[in-house]
Amino acid sequence: MEAGASEPSVLRRTRHLGDRIGDLGLAALAAAAAALALVVIAAIVWKLIDGAWPAIRHFGIAFVWHQTWNPVTGVFGAREFVIGTLVTSFGAMLLAAPLSIAIALFLTELAPPAIRVPIATLVEMLAAVPSVVVGLWGIFVLGPFMRSSIEPFLSRSFGWIPLFSGSPSQAGVLVAIVVLTIMTIPITSAVCRELFLSVPRDVKEASIALGATRWETVRGVVVPYVRGGIVAAITLGLGRALGEAIAVTQVIGNSLRPFPLSLFGQGNTLASQLASSYQSAPTNIELQSLVSLGVILLAITFGSNVIAQRIVARFELQRAGGW
Amino acid sequence: MEAISLQARGRSRRRLVENRVAVAVAVLAALFAVAMLGILVGSVLARARGALSSELFTRGPAVFGQAGGGIAPAFVGTSILIGIATAIALPVGVLVAIYVNEFARKRVARQVKLWLDVLNGFPSIVIGIFVFELAVAAKVPLIGIGHHQSAWAGGFALSIIMVPLVSRTTIEVLALVPRELREASYALGVSKWRTVTSVVLPTAIGGIVTATTLAVARAAGETAPLLFTCSIFGQVVSTNPNGSLASVPVIIFEYSESPDRNLNAQAWAAAFVLIAFVLVTSLAARVVLERSRRKLGRV
Repeated sequence: MEAGASEPSVLRRTRHLGDRIGDLGLAALAAAAAALALVVIAAIVWKLIDGAWPAIRHFGIAFVWHQTWNPVTGVFGAREFVIGTLVTSFGAMLLAAPLSIAIALFLTELAPPAIRVPIATLVEMLAAVPSVVVGLWGIFVLGPFMRSSIEPFLSRSFGWIPLFSGSPSQAGVLVAIVVLTIMTIPITSAVCRELFLSVPRDVKEASIALGATRWETVRGVVVPYVRGGIVAAITLGLGRALGEAIAVTQVIGNSLRPFPLSLFGQGNTLASQLASSYQSAPTNIELQSLVSLGVILLAITFGSNVIAQRIVARFELQRAGGW
Repeated sequence: MEAISLQARGRSRRRLVENRVAVAVAVLAALFAVAMLGILVGSVLARARGALSSELFTRGPAVFGQAGGGIAPAFVGTSILIGIATAIALPVGVLVAIYVNEFARKRVARQVKLWLDVLNGFPSIVIGIFVFELAVAAKVPLIGIGHHQSAWAGGFALSIIMVPLVSRTTIEVLALVPRELREASYALGVSKWRTVTSVVLPTAIGGIVTATTLAVARAAGETAPLLFTCSIFGQVVSTNPNGSLASVPVIIFEYSESPDRNLNAQAWAAAFVLIAFVLVTSLAARVVLERSRRKLGRV
């Protein structure tokens, strides 16, 4: 009011009422939309905890590490799913991290400039393939291939390790790990690529000028320069893997038995248990327990993503990859 | 006199070999990723060929166990779901971007961007459960009518996936609109809201369209948000969003686990249509975005 009163009358007359309302209106509308994003996040957290509350009350915090999931007796625990989620996701990152870093190095340091962008685009297109299609492929192409070729080989060579014991199967933990690897490579390599691009030319050239080979430059200069960022890139990929429901459900076998010691066995994850039980008409307590699985999944992915985003934000990347 | 050899020996030789190996590993890794895309697309192409027919687009499912039939209801349903989702996500996403770029202070803007990333990082199955709790299981359903699944609920779930994607890209494109354009507009005495709506947005319209296209491509293939919100549907083409509608990804998901070979084949055919749509639109959008990025950057 005060400011308005002291405004020269000439200026005030030129500011149409419509413009004043318009300015205020657009600002309010835009701010409301931004606030809506926060409201939706809060609502998701709240509705999930709210929906899971009876089960949390009933089973207590022990729900997280209780082993049984038995709809018949009405006893539910999340342990096997938590283990499944962690094993498949970390397993996938074990494969995807070195591959992604190598791909990013190829795209920034090694490839002839003319093919860098086309190949980077192709790798990103891998992320655009819908997960249900990757899962379909996992069922009919990858699964049989794993059973007939990869798993017999692993079991012949490393069968003495419990991880690779047992008979090969076309649906199981290892197939899920490979599917998740394929699905996380695009995001992890896209972030790594932009990290490597952010390394100043000077330091690389200085290293080359000192007589270092390309590999020594990469290992001694490029990678150390963005080390924290690489960890964040892998964590972002991990977040993707932790939350993937559809493709994993299609290939992991959805077993309710204890999570197998062997990677050839069938298992289940938090997300895949949710996705596979959508058609059953569960009892109240089962439904609430399912939502509790969602709460655990949300907590895990939220944690890993926030940490990763905070680290990545430090590097001020271009984010052209759309991740 | 002994001839001096330029051949690397000893330590130098080891370093050079190490370098070669490292380069080879990187090349192989890149080849692996590209090959994976090739194998995926190739498998879908090869297996879809038999089942791709006009019936796929025009007919509903055949009687159980019989050959023939199609997934026309899924194509119609997906179009409606995407329409609902876009109608919500496009205005909200663009408004968020306008807020971040034109109104918010730097610190607030950074916070909003962080929220968008957080939302983008939520597992899509969790978003499905959220909407299920909100629309299907709630005592007072906020979305859709009654305690049952509906296209409203499914479209709403998809819009939550789309908003961060639309916003992030739009923010980036709005930031590329040159300051001079805004200042020229202000210098002419034009108010802020008119500047935003008639200078900034029209300049960035190409980018906004691409951002939406990318988000649509992503949402079209999302299965998880629909499982709990829009997955129990009939066999005939329906356009009623108050009820649950079939969708291409959910059909692929169900048919992929069916023991019926005919349905498996239809899953591959549907996957082919989906993958073709998604890859072509996101590739085209990517190219257009890159173009408008360069164009705006030059002004």
